[in-house]
Order: sequence, then C-alpha cells, then structure tokens
Amino acid sequence: MIRLIGVEKKFGDQPVLQGIDLSIPVGKLTTIIGGSGSGKSVLLKHMIGLLQPDRGEVWVGDVEISRLSGTRLNDVRKRFAMLFQGAALFDSLSVFENVAFPLREKLRMKGPAVTRRVEEKLEEVGLAGMGHKFPAELSGGMRKRAGLARALIMEPEIILFDEPTTGLDPLLAKSIHDLIVTMQRRFGFTGVMVSHEIPEIFTISDWVAMLQKGKIVLMATAAEFQRTTDPEIHEFISVGGTVALPGSLVG
Amino acid sequence: MTNVIEQLGAWAILRVREMGRMLLFLLSACAWLVRPPFRFYQIIKQLHFIGYKSTFVVVLTAGFTGMVLALQGYYSLRKFGSEGLLGSAVALSMIRELGPVLAALMVTARAGSAMTAEIGIMRITEQIDALDTMAINPLQYLIAPKLVAGVIGVPLLVAIFDVVGIYGGYLVGVDLLGVSEGAYWNSIESAVEWKDVYGGILKSVSFGVIVSWVCSYKGFYTRHSAEGLGRATTEAVVLASVLILVWDYFLTSVLL
Repeated sequence: MIRLIGVEKKFGDQPVLQGIDLSIPVGKLTTIIGGSGSGKSVLLKHMIGLLQPDRGEVWVGDVEISRLSGTRLNDVRKRFAMLFQGAALFDSLSVFENVAFPLREKLRMKGPAVTRRVEEKLEEVGLAGMGHKFPAELSGGMRKRAGLARALIMEPEIILFDEPTTGLDPLLAKSIHDLIVTMQRRFGFTGVMVSHEIPEIFTISDWVAMLQKGKIVLMATAAEFQRTTDPEIHEFISVGGTVALPGSLVG
Repeated sequence: MTNVIEQLGAWAILRVREMGRMLLFLLSACAWLVRPPFRFYQIIKQLHFIGYKSTFVVVLTAGFTGMVLALQGYYSLRKFGSEGLLGSAVALSMIRELGPVLAALMVTARAGSAMTAEIGIMRITEQIDALDTMAINPLQYLIAPKLVAGVIGVPLLVAIFDVVGIYGGYLVGVDLLGVSEGAYWNSIESAVEWKDVYGGILKSVSFGVIVSWVCSYKGFYTRHSAEGLGRATTEAVVLASVLILVWDYFLTSVLL
C-alpha cells in the first residue's frame, strides 16, 4: 500500500534520508525504529506528503505523491489519519469537538449522528464522559487517547503513529500500545508506527524496520527481527534503542 | 570586501524571497476565500476576537487622543483667534489620519500579536500539520477568516475611534476650555467632506488586511522553539506597524 523507492532528503547540508526503499504491508502494524535523530519522523511525514523528497518516489496505492499538491494530494490524504507525538489536539476545541472535527469538516455531518459516533469512540479509547474537557485539562496519556479517537473516527485505511508513547510512564505507554493493537485488530487498518519502546514494540508489531544512517538496514517480522545476527542491530535492540547511532542528526 | 558583498547579497536575496513568500501567502489565502466551504462561523469568531475585544482599548485610545488633540489645538488656534475651528481641526485629524492609523496600531498590538502567538503555537504543536493530514487547507480554515475579519472589523473600530475621539475633543474643547458648542459642531459640519470619510474607510480596510496578513504570516512560519515564537510575535507587530505607517503615506499622497 505504501512504498518508498530511493527516497532522499536533506535539510540544508545535513542528509537525513539517503536512499530509503521500504514497502509497508497492508493491514498490518509496522514499526520503524532507529536511533534518536535518525530521521524516523521525517520518514513518516513523507508517507503522508507533509514533506517532499529531494529524490525518489513515494507511492500510496497506485498514486505517486511526492510531487502532488493541493486537491490531488488531499484526495490521497483522505485515506490517512495521523497521531502526532504531542497528539496535536486543537487547543480552542473541547475533546468532543476535536474528535468530531473530521466528521463535521470532511463528511459535513451534524446533530445526533455526530454525538453518537464521538461518544462511542471516546468510550473505546477509555475517555467516556471526558468530552467536555479541553486539551489543557488532560494528562499526556489522555491527550494521546483523544488524538487516537480523532484518528480513528473516520475509520481510515492507514494510520501513522509518530512516537505515540514518548513522555509517558511505562504503564501508560503499555496501555496506549494495547489500545493501538486492539484498534488495529478490530478495524484492520494499515498502521505505521515510529517508536523507541524496545522491547515492547516486538510484542505488538507485525513487522519491524530499522532506520540507520539514512537507509532501511533491516525489515522483518517481529520474531525474525529479534533473531538478527547483525551485531549493530543486535546491540541496538539489546540496550533498548536508547543509544544514538553514528551518522544520526543532532538536535 | 568580497565577503561583505557576499553577505549583503545573501541578505538581500533572503529578504526578496521572504517578500515573495508573504505575497504568495496573501494571494493563496484570498483565493481560498471564494472557494467552499465558506467558514461563516470562523469569520464571526474572528470578528469577535479582532473587533469586539479590541473595542475597549480603541475607545480608551480614541478618547484621550481626542482630548489631547483639542488641548494642543486650542492653544495653537487661539494665537490666530480661531478657536471656533477647533471642531474641524479635531474631526479632520481624526477622520483622515489618527483614526485609521492609531486604531490599526492598537489592533496590531492587541489582536495582531495574539494572532501570531496563536498560529505560532499551532505550528509548533503540529496542529497545522494535523489540519493538513485531515485534508483541510490551513490557509482556508485559519487564515482566510482572519483576513475577512480584519477587513470588516478594523473599519468598524476606526468609525468608533473617530466618534469617540471627536467627543473627547468636545469634552476638553467645549466643557473645559470654553469653546462655543455651536462653533465646535458647525465647524465640523462645514469642514468634513465625503472624500475625507471614504479616504478614512479606504485606509482602514487596507490596514485591516495588513494586520491580519502580516500577523498570520509570521505565526504560520514560526520556527519550532519558544524563542522562535517570541521573535515571530515581535517581528509581526513591528512589521505590521511599519507597513501601516508606510502605506498610510502612500495612500495619503494618492488621495490628497
């Protein structure tokens, strides 16, 4: 469903992606790991057209999106939802209004139909009765749940997760991971997650890809990935993915 | 020497590129104004923020501006025995210049800086990216309503400014300094013409565009840091204020 072919990206003189070749399996949860500053979020943003590659192609289905803009890019984006690192909830809207936002804006839905769907979704993510609260009144975990509810409300084909558990304590992080897996199994969307949470990601992901020095050095099923004999990759996953690898961005 | 020229050249190129990006930003936002969905609720909300919530500061500024204008004007006109023309002096100054310029500067300081900060925070916390990912154009959703609200709100505030300023001048000139009430209002009636009023309206409409445009632009392209946001807010207020004054000169030279 999503394919990146020879994708390269530089910021100023700093190369970030140096020839990414990656195919994301349909209907599965794929996690991208790599050292801090290796370009995982940059890679994710290419998949939805928030960034354009300097070279290479980004395919979503049979549409090449790297040079698209405007209405044509928006047509592709309708297949996506994204959960940002900080949840990116709209500050001036309540949780209810945030989750209802895509329904009202994209489907022009109104009234009880919206209320019913939003309340269902809030209950699924464990935020029943919290619709009246504003993002500033929520904890980090609750914001992530609200962001997830907003991402799921349109039942998209593809959901991108940009470090969904960063900044959360281990118990909360596990609850968010469990929620993502439960939703993925129930709705069958294609999930692409960027995460540092090793070894947890091996229990929730179908596929794991590692980004190192601007390239995908390994992509395998979670079980196969853990059996890798590559010494650098093995060291990375053994120490929990917290060591910055050579060649990674600083800042 | 070559280094200095190189740096100067690089600076000039950066400035020209920035100007081009600003203009494209304005044109794109204007283009989205005529494409559905039309965001009437957003426009009303922005009108409330830019217009209604600036009323108090505009009234305060207008009142004291009118009062000080009357004070200064009275003592100047008295040298020529022309105190009776105080009303027209205050009214023409207000309607032609002080009303549009000072009201726009107050709106810039109050609503413009808040606009830059709001949009800047949305940029830093990826809320604008979230709109993009939902296939909602941020220029249409966020910026276009602010432009419309500026075009509607600032002229209304200028009208309030003019009225309050003239009454402020009345308070000082007539009640405090003893100018004839009849002379005050008669001089206004005889001196103020329709071209003064529509000149003021034209200025206020263009100032409304400048405030919304510049302050939204700076917030939209904020760098991802607290320092970046602070700098963007300062630059927005300074640039909008300077543009208002520069554009005021050009418009005045054309209208006169």
